[in-house]
Amino acid sequence: MGGCGKSDQKEADVRRGGALPGGDIAQLAEDDGQWVMAAKNYSSTRFSGLTEIDTASVRNLRLAWSFSTGQLRGHEAAPLIIDGTMYIVTPFPNNVFALDTRDGSLKWTYEPKPLRGAQGVACCDVVNRGVAYADGRIFVNTLDVHTIALDAATGRELWKTKLGDINIGESITMAPLVVGSNVLVGNSGGEFGVRGWLKALDTRSGEVVWTAYSTGPDTEVLIDHSTFRPFYEADRRPDLGVNTWSGDQWKIGGGTVWGWISYDPELNLIYHGTGNPGVWNPALRPGDNKWSVSVFARNPETGFARWAYQLVPHDEHDYDGVNESVLLDLEIGGRLRKVLVRPERNGFMYVMDRETGEVISADAFGPVTWGSSVDIKTGRPIPSELAATGNRKATRVCPAAPGMKDWQPSAWSPRTSLLYIPHNHLCMDYEGLEANYVAGTPYVGADVRMYSAEGRDNRTHRGNFTAWDPVGRRIVWQIPERFPVWSGALTTAGDVVFYGTMDRLFKAVNARTGELLWQFRTGSGIIGQPVSYRGPDGKQYIAILAGIGGWAGAAALGILPDVDPGIALGFAAAVPDLPEYTAQGGMLYVFALP
Amino acid sequence: MRRRRGPLAIVVAVLLAGTSACAESVARADAADARVLRVCADPNNLPFSNEAEEGFENALARLVAEELGARVEYTWWAQRRGFIRNTLTARTCDVVMGLPTSMELALTTRPYYRSSYVFITRRDAGISPRSLDDSVLRRVSVGVQVIGDDYTDAPPAHAMTRRGIVQNVRGYSVYGDYSQPSPPSRIVEAVASGEVDVAIAWGAMAGYFAARQPVPLDVVPVTPEIDLPFMPMVFDISAGVRREDVALRDELEAVLYRRRADIDRLLDEYHVPRVGSLRR
Repeated sequence: MGGCGKSDQKEADVRRGGALPGGDIAQLAEDDGQWVMAAKNYSSTRFSGLTEIDTASVRNLRLAWSFSTGQLRGHEAAPLIIDGTMYIVTPFPNNVFALDTRDGSLKWTYEPKPLRGAQGVACCDVVNRGVAYADGRIFVNTLDVHTIALDAATGRELWKTKLGDINIGESITMAPLVVGSNVLVGNSGGEFGVRGWLKALDTRSGEVVWTAYSTGPDTEVLIDHSTFRPFYEADRRPDLGVNTWSGDQWKIGGGTVWGWISYDPELNLIYHGTGNPGVWNPALRPGDNKWSVSVFARNPETGFARWAYQLVPHDEHDYDGVNESVLLDLEIGGRLRKVLVRPERNGFMYVMDRETGEVISADAFGPVTWGSSVDIKTGRPIPSELAATGNRKATRVCPAAPGMKDWQPSAWSPRTSLLYIPHNHLCMDYEGLEANYVAGTPYVGADVRMYSAEGRDNRTHRGNFTAWDPVGRRIVWQIPERFPVWSGALTTAGDVVFYGTMDRLFKAVNARTGELLWQFRTGSGIIGQPVSYRGPDGKQYIAILAGIGGWAGAAALGILPDVDPGIALGFAAAVPDLPEYTAQGGMLYVFALP
Repeated sequence: MRRRRGPLAIVVAVLLAGTSACAESVARADAADARVLRVCADPNNLPFSNEAEEGFENALARLVAEELGARVEYTWWAQRRGFIRNTLTARTCDVVMGLPTSMELALTTRPYYRSSYVFITRRDAGISPRSLDDSVLRRVSVGVQVIGDDYTDAPPAHAMTRRGIVQNVRGYSVYGDYSQPSPPSRIVEAVASGEVDVAIAWGAMAGYFAARQPVPLDVVPVTPEIDLPFMPMVFDISAGVRREDVALRDELEAVLYRRRADIDRLLDEYHVPRVGSLRR
């Protein structure tokens, strides 16, 4: 199947001449006039080199134009800007709009009309985190497990590939990434007992080139021991994706790939994480449950793994390992090291050698009670007493299930050498209590209650926006927020950092001090990803999608938490006051200086 | 299907309910049978309900509607997480025919049956556990249903874990493959085919499918009824409405009580095992 894709790639390489490894997308990503992938570039820095909007001028930022998406659910996507056209995708039903950046006029609309039933299987609102672009094509994932290629100029459908089955609980919410001739797509559905995978599709034909599962035998995880070099000795044994499970539980073992992918063109490795282990009381799945909650380095052409590292063996708290890997070259201990930095859901900030998979450091960046530290010698976290959930009751587990930081991506500034992290400030209690019913089967569900890490009644501090120094391994400044900060971050060469809040403020702060410089009241709460680009008029623009929802924002979706405290796995109980601050509604906002 | 009414019928009903004088006589003529029992149900979950209305909850809905002089209209939604939120709470329908009596998301009637988790075995296999403490469960392969990773699972999964019975336990997703009929029934077929020696599953589902396998199966309630410290194996089942719909709940409760003999016969027809005595 990969044959025709390979020859296409060779032709494309010839056409590009001396292109950078990774092709024209890598070049486009260098151009601050464009925003060609959700994370801005393959290193996932979300840094724009534009300087017109700076710490002084940002005070004059004004709304340039806006656009209503017509959708009410959570808007998590990053807009893309390529050659004067902006592309956005909505949550289910995953409509795609192309807008002219000259005046915001609508160029075309594409409606994939995904199966309505897909809404019932998406665990945590029906979000979509963005589209991808390559060679005049837009690639969009739909909640009902399809990837679709569109002609970027016209919106015409070029191919549509079904990758999984909503009937077994699979869905797709992640933003795809194009590397070479492949578009990379992973599944969601860890709450429904699916088996996680990452697939590469040929950008020309839509055919599946390779599939790498997160659980199962090495042949299906794409581990070849002649080329697989994990840093930690214990990870070198064969078929750990089977042998670290009881029986054949790996077949419903989760480890879905619903988060971010980065790419290092020089090492020719992609980096992606995997989600929580699937559908099983933790006590009933003894073992490490590999490769759930893990980081993989893989060859983008073949999918084969160079190394893998499990962040949380035998996860008991829903600490998916799908967050972004920010690829940086940092001077650590007197030498320049190629690292990846991961602000992890489990509460630790990992700095890893991206060539070898070695953990260089792992430090808590907020309150962590489930574990005490990470043993750098073995790579294993050291759990606390709290970690034993077999007794069905636990108090003050920090971070709560959505983690210190969930999917919401951080940004890195090479000017300040700081990582800007939007994140949560929540702990949880849980206890088996309430009767529940699924598919005609009664059971006693767990009552999961999340609350501010400051205390159960605290309603003023449930999120943080943090500037972190990965070399000094410390917080440089931090802004407490009323709600979990569920938007992405953007930073610029003007030393401004942008992020949005669920209580409807789009903020610009000083990258060096955290001082609030400017804010704008949007129509609905913000859980989207801010981006920046140069318009056809040469001016710098900032764009953000507002529209409350997502796991954190489910409380605002017209359901009162006191009616259904268990909605969204207890998250709504942590933010019962959200409906006092925002209602639903998707809207794109584009800002510029006068 | 004959009882279903689409959105068009609702529109017509709304128009008829208007005050237009010339429509009044028509409205009055329709008013006699205008009451609608709006039921929220899974379109693919026998023996409870399906879109062809072959389940015992479908039959129960017909029975209740008959008593209330109403006709039945369905909102179909897979009974998974979010079922109540997207149906009852979203007000697209008013009644769920089967819910655990103690479920807090709804206002429930007094229970109309009590069933139990059951052991399912092949009659010819010579394995007949009666208690969750039976040592045979440590020696044979045991199938249980699994629900999710949010600290919850069906009671048998917890019961096995608590006893350290793990390695010989096989999990079947309670969600199953929704493209197949009645996805949770897979675990019963696994006993019939010999994939597992014993399965522990909810009686209402297990009784119905055990009677439909090519080999004879035994279905026996587990003991104890409450696996200490607080894991119930027995659940009372009720009809449920929105928490504020007290009058409708009272009406349903009266009908379920009045027709209790018919309901018992209905549950017998569907091989639903019942345990204990019910406070109706």
